[in-house]
Amino acid sequence: MKVGVLALQGAVAEHIRSIEQAGATGVSVKRVEQLDELDGLIIPGGESTTIGKLMRKYDFIDAVRSFSEQGKPIFGTCAGLIVLAKRIEGQDGAHLELMDMTVARNAFGRQRESFETDLPVQGIDEPIRAVFIRAPLITQVGPEVDVLSTFNGEIVTARQGHLLAASYHPELTDDVRLHEYFLGMIKESAVVER
Amino acid sequence: METGTSRVKRGMAEMQKGGVIMDVMNAEQARIAEAAGAVAVMALERVPSDIRAAGGVARMADPTIFEEVVKTVSIPVMAKARIGHYVEARVLEALGADYIDESEVLTPADEVFHINKKEFTIPFVCGAKDLGEALRRVGEGASMLRTKGEPGTGNIVEAVRHLRLINSQIRKVQNLSKDELYAEAKNLGVSYDLLLDVHETGKLPVVNFAAGGVATPSDAALMMHLGADGVFVGSGIFKSDNPERFARAIVEATTHYTDYKLIAEVSKNLGTPMKGIEISKLSASERMQDRGW
Repeated sequence: MKVGVLALQGAVAEHIRSIEQAGATGVSVKRVEQLDELDGLIIPGGESTTIGKLMRKYDFIDAVRSFSEQGKPIFGTCAGLIVLAKRIEGQDGAHLELMDMTVARNAFGRQRESFETDLPVQGIDEPIRAVFIRAPLITQVGPEVDVLSTFNGEIVTARQGHLLAASYHPELTDDVRLHEYFLGMIKESAVVER
Repeated sequence: METGTSRVKRGMAEMQKGGVIMDVMNAEQARIAEAAGAVAVMALERVPSDIRAAGGVARMADPTIFEEVVKTVSIPVMAKARIGHYVEARVLEALGADYIDESEVLTPADEVFHINKKEFTIPFVCGAKDLGEALRRVGEGASMLRTKGEPGTGNIVEAVRHLRLINSQIRKVQNLSKDELYAEAKNLGVSYDLLLDVHETGKLPVVNFAAGGVATPSDAALMMHLGADGVFVGSGIFKSDNPERFARAIVEATTHYTDYKLIAEVSKNLGTPMKGIEISKLSASERMQDRGW
């Protein structure tokens, strides 16, 4: 199983390490042609404005949308979650507009408000250690979206079919259960294909 | 829920990787930097080349500049405090700075002690010329490093020297036996535990950006080739002829640093880069890299 990590900007190496630890092959993706060989894609944490701009500049918006249309799973963390969302609070238009949800950027405040905590996630037995860095929140979701976890009543993990989004950074810890969960989604999608 | 942990502070720097952090002096420049795809901005009263020209004591910027920049952009905003000036750092923390650069570009406030950065909730970035300096700063709690280079010169030679030296020192440490690490820790003036970490991982414990002399897209790409995790551009953007195009070009060259056709394309018709300074023309007192230890 081959999982790409979009490598325009952000914490790419950490996701590749987590993916490999979870038992799949991780690939750094800089060009749209590389998407063809992948079973799943991770959009990492970084600066969403930077990643969004570079995605537009290098034709990743349409390419990733058609990747998604093929039913191939995509996992966005932090900035990646913002990139996946249909609506971003306080701005017109979004990036990929794939997941039916509204997100608020920097929802917890500035860096001094960044934190880590134990977070229970539906589908994973014990809580995971979640690192929130100038993190976004999901403020509203459509009927197709399942909420997998909340923090202080706010949505921080969500899934819509083959799309998964987390406000925080599972790749900054040694715990790869969320990556394993994503690999499970890739296996499911392959079964559906057949 | 815990704030200000090492993971939260170092993680913030991890999110900046592959990106460009730009010095800005007002809201308008901050807007240009964000639009060009900067991952963060450094709010300053003067860019390093102007600090050089002005002379005198360079201090933390007026807080109104920081506040103006924060209101303008949604990306992180960093600010500089003088080496050892922990009150300036506390003031910046209170203002909501996302990162503090304890910087040799400003006139040092303390010639013996750097700031005890572990005491702070927000992360720090510090400059280094070699592995010893880098690990001493990490020992004091720096969550991110950058080469010192020679700020405000538009001359990449010192940043190249510093990054190459750090790389070769890391390779040497990797090849030492564990017995030999004790003596090397003494030689470098660093803690054994940090050196052991470098020995085992073959890299610095925190993200390391290039800084001090980046003036062109090719300069940025060269530093990425040499192993920098990202690039700080100080005077290089807003002292060039066309800051908007320079900013965009440097961002793209940093992302695609091995794509030479692309770097050629973005380098076309950029206009004149900042005027550089030959390092040998600087007197000892003008060398910012020798501030701190």
